[in-house]
Amino acid sequence: MGALLTLPLLELTVGLPLAATLLAIVSGRFSSGLVLGIGPAMLALAVLLCLAVGSHGPLEVAVGGWAVPLGIALGADGLSAVFVMTGAIIMPAVALFARRAFGSDPAETTQSFTFWPLFFAMWAALNAIFVGRDLFNFYVALELLTLTAVAMVAYGGTAAALRYMIFALMGSLAYMTGVALLYASAATLDIGLLSEAIEPDRAVVLAGGLMTAGLLAKTALFPLHAWLPPAHGNAPAPASALLSALVVKASFFIIVRIWFHVMPDAQSPWLVQTLGLLGACAVIYGSLLAIRQGRLKLVIAYSTVAQIGYLFFIFPLADGSAFALPWAAGAWTGGIFHALSHAFAKAALFLAAGLIIEALGHDRIADMKGIARALPMTMAAFGLAALSIMGLPPSGGFMAKYLMLTSALAGGQIFYALVMIAGGLLAVIYLFRPLNAAFAGSHVPEIAPVPKARQTIPLALALIATIIGLASSIPYQFLQIGLPEVLEGGTE
Amino acid sequence: MTQALPIALMACAFAPSFICFFLAEERTRLRNSINIAGALLKLVLIAFLLEGVARGMVYETRLQFVPGLYLLLRVDALALLFVTLSAFLWLVTTVYAIAYFGGKPNLSRFFAFFNLCVTATTGIALSGSLITFFLFYELLTLSTWPLVVHKGDEKSMAAGRSYLAYTMAGSAALLFGIVWLEGMTGPVEFARPGALANIDDWTLRAIFFLCVGGLGVKAALVPFHGWLPQAMAAPAPVSALLHAVAVVKAGAFGIVRFIYDIYGIERVAELSLGLTLAVLASLTIVYGSVRALQQTDIKRRLAFSTVSQVSYIVLGASLAGPFATIGGLVHLVHQGLMKITLFFTAGALAERLGITSIDQLDGAGRRMPVTMLAFTVGALGMIGVPPVAGFVSKWYLGIGGLQAGQPWVILVLATSSLLNAAYFLPLVYRAWFRPPAGDPPREGIIEAPAALILPGAVTALASLGAGLLAAFALSPLGWSTLIVERVYLP
Repeated sequence: MGALLTLPLLELTVGLPLAATLLAIVSGRFSSGLVLGIGPAMLALAVLLCLAVGSHGPLEVAVGGWAVPLGIALGADGLSAVFVMTGAIIMPAVALFARRAFGSDPAETTQSFTFWPLFFAMWAALNAIFVGRDLFNFYVALELLTLTAVAMVAYGGTAAALRYMIFALMGSLAYMTGVALLYASAATLDIGLLSEAIEPDRAVVLAGGLMTAGLLAKTALFPLHAWLPPAHGNAPAPASALLSALVVKASFFIIVRIWFHVMPDAQSPWLVQTLGLLGACAVIYGSLLAIRQGRLKLVIAYSTVAQIGYLFFIFPLADGSAFALPWAAGAWTGGIFHALSHAFAKAALFLAAGLIIEALGHDRIADMKGIARALPMTMAAFGLAALSIMGLPPSGGFMAKYLMLTSALAGGQIFYALVMIAGGLLAVIYLFRPLNAAFAGSHVPEIAPVPKARQTIPLALALIATIIGLASSIPYQFLQIGLPEVLEGGTE
Repeated sequence: MTQALPIALMACAFAPSFICFFLAEERTRLRNSINIAGALLKLVLIAFLLEGVARGMVYETRLQFVPGLYLLLRVDALALLFVTLSAFLWLVTTVYAIAYFGGKPNLSRFFAFFNLCVTATTGIALSGSLITFFLFYELLTLSTWPLVVHKGDEKSMAAGRSYLAYTMAGSAALLFGIVWLEGMTGPVEFARPGALANIDDWTLRAIFFLCVGGLGVKAALVPFHGWLPQAMAAPAPVSALLHAVAVVKAGAFGIVRFIYDIYGIERVAELSLGLTLAVLASLTIVYGSVRALQQTDIKRRLAFSTVSQVSYIVLGASLAGPFATIGGLVHLVHQGLMKITLFFTAGALAERLGITSIDQLDGAGRRMPVTMLAFTVGALGMIGVPPVAGFVSKWYLGIGGLQAGQPWVILVLATSSLLNAAYFLPLVYRAWFRPPAGDPPREGIIEAPAALILPGAVTALASLGAGLLAAFALSPLGWSTLIVERVYLP
């Protein structure tokens, strides 16, 4: 196993998709085939990275041999490894799905030329965030990510893209200001060095607040969510899947890094409760709006607004469960579980919705009667993914909810437990509406043919969301590798 | 080797379910063979397990979720009582369903979810921990929904919505209760419940009401019973399974587990929860019977009868004392046998003679004598006429009431029996003693196909047998006694 450490794993997780971006630009009409080579390579890299982290603990390398603070460092703990792995599964799956829409066959369009460079650049940016160890690198990666995401949203309509860009730019501005403040007071941006050097004085708290506010805009936490539904609801299905599954998680990932790794001491009751309350509002408000949507993709997009809310419960809950709960993984692990299972389930939902649109030519729920009889496999994927979103067993979403609920009740924070229960019930309502339509009637509707092979992609993603729940001990153990120090009292 | 047994038991229903999902609609023969083979194999396994458990063996399988939290499948005597019932009824219902649907569409989907429903029921029976129980309990909720809406018409879709609204709210309450409890004690296993002693009485009561209330939705405890009569819109085999084993029994079984394997019957009595629940169950028994009397549609009358009858189980479980417990447990089996007989025969009547409401029953006995004979046995059993099984349940429940110092239970049982007679006997009377309707009256016996008629006859015989042979060790009564001996005389 020692040989694993000699491989430039971390550099490659970022470098390979970056190289693929350039290749995709030059190879033009053939670029849709690139993923057939890059995809397996990235998956192999992610597996190796997981093996390395699993057997040796957290990794850290100085790029080019230049040690921090002069050079920049990349690092991977259990959290990084599971996110890189998640990306390495979802990205190729979505790419395989997208090859029909954005391939060179049958017609060459602007989209088929631009999608692939954007796709690989997005992958590079995601991985740069997941293995990043430096707040400025986060900024660079985040900008690249936003750029690619805005471009993909523009496929669906420039108005939504413009709106997204305004939110994202304001977010970048706030984040960058926070980073500058922090640099002014600590003279470094490396996470490891910062966590030692930092004193939770007012400047630091202000910096943390600014960075968080900026990232919240990019994560689309209520009340900064207004850009998300039109953007995710109107983009082409593969783009929506990437945006909802991974892109919003990346900025959340940075928030977790900031508050649990960089400045855990700066967490104040005021901060954690604010984030928690905003999350609660997002859960309720997003779900209520999801119920009112008439179009399937908008239901799924508003569901993302709601599901993002749960992620922020880890702030109040991880605080409350910091005392020993030896058998529960605690709210932090629950929150990350939620992010992971939501990524798979939401990608599956958007891809399934994409297939329904291809089959019917629209996504109006009222006119979807009997689609389950015409596309059984797609609806099976939709149903299975919906289970995870509703937080019903045996899915990963359930395991996440169970862990968070337990720490909420054990920590006496009944409010959050009630919100989670209510959010689950609301999700049942908004997700069973399309399922209801799909089962209704007795005729088999006329549809444009959809190849079986493509239908297996959302099904596979939905199955993974379920397996995360059944085999939860594996991701659980990974998440304990390099667990933030503040949380160590909260687990075994 | 013994570790694999609980898994094998689950696989008997899960494998056919999984295969059916991918089976083309027209592979009828293959689909039917797989389903029946699964059901037969399960019965063989159960025979083996019954022998082992009677000797005092316990079979366990564990799968770790997160540290300390296990998916735990455990075969003990109580689990086997429920599994045996569900496996036997699964076999007959499968035969019945094959005949009932004939060449109708969407059968692969139907059997996939049907078998998944049976898998979930088996899982509920074998659950060794609260989290495992909840997992399968939800799987049952979800796998039943496609069965309820199977026909796809407006009425079924409305029934499906109502079913989900009730059961999901119930599940939310149950989950809240479970997590609240486990937040204080750690993960709860039925065989080793956590330290409840440190929890104050009111918290325990609140948790009890959340959980039993949540379970009560499926057990159709008044006022949470509204979904059950509506769910009658489902095809007859679904109603049969829903009312006899799968959904309502899962709720009742959960309540039994909760009282005996988590709180313990002494604690439940101390907190005066037992008495409260007994009163609630009694109200349900009487209310369900009264409502049944008001119905003119046969299936709706049967549905309200289920509301009433399932609460016998809850009543028996909530009274402290071995006889009441035996009465409740044995009724879990007896009600299943009798009620499925009634639903099989009602379905056959509707399918062959087009009879759905009570006034159409005139003279039905002449045209479908076997079916009506089976129906009569089931109805008499429900009333509690010896020697049909229902008598045994009521006898033990009555004595149990006296033993627990609650003589009013006898009054409840008597009232309910009278009401049962009032709503079942007119049906029996019409079928046998009134001349057939129509001008000129249609004559001739139309008892066919055999697969539609025989399942009802078999379960009718089984309900007779369970009553006649109650003294044997492997009868439902004998087995329930064994369970109760192990609870009260550890």
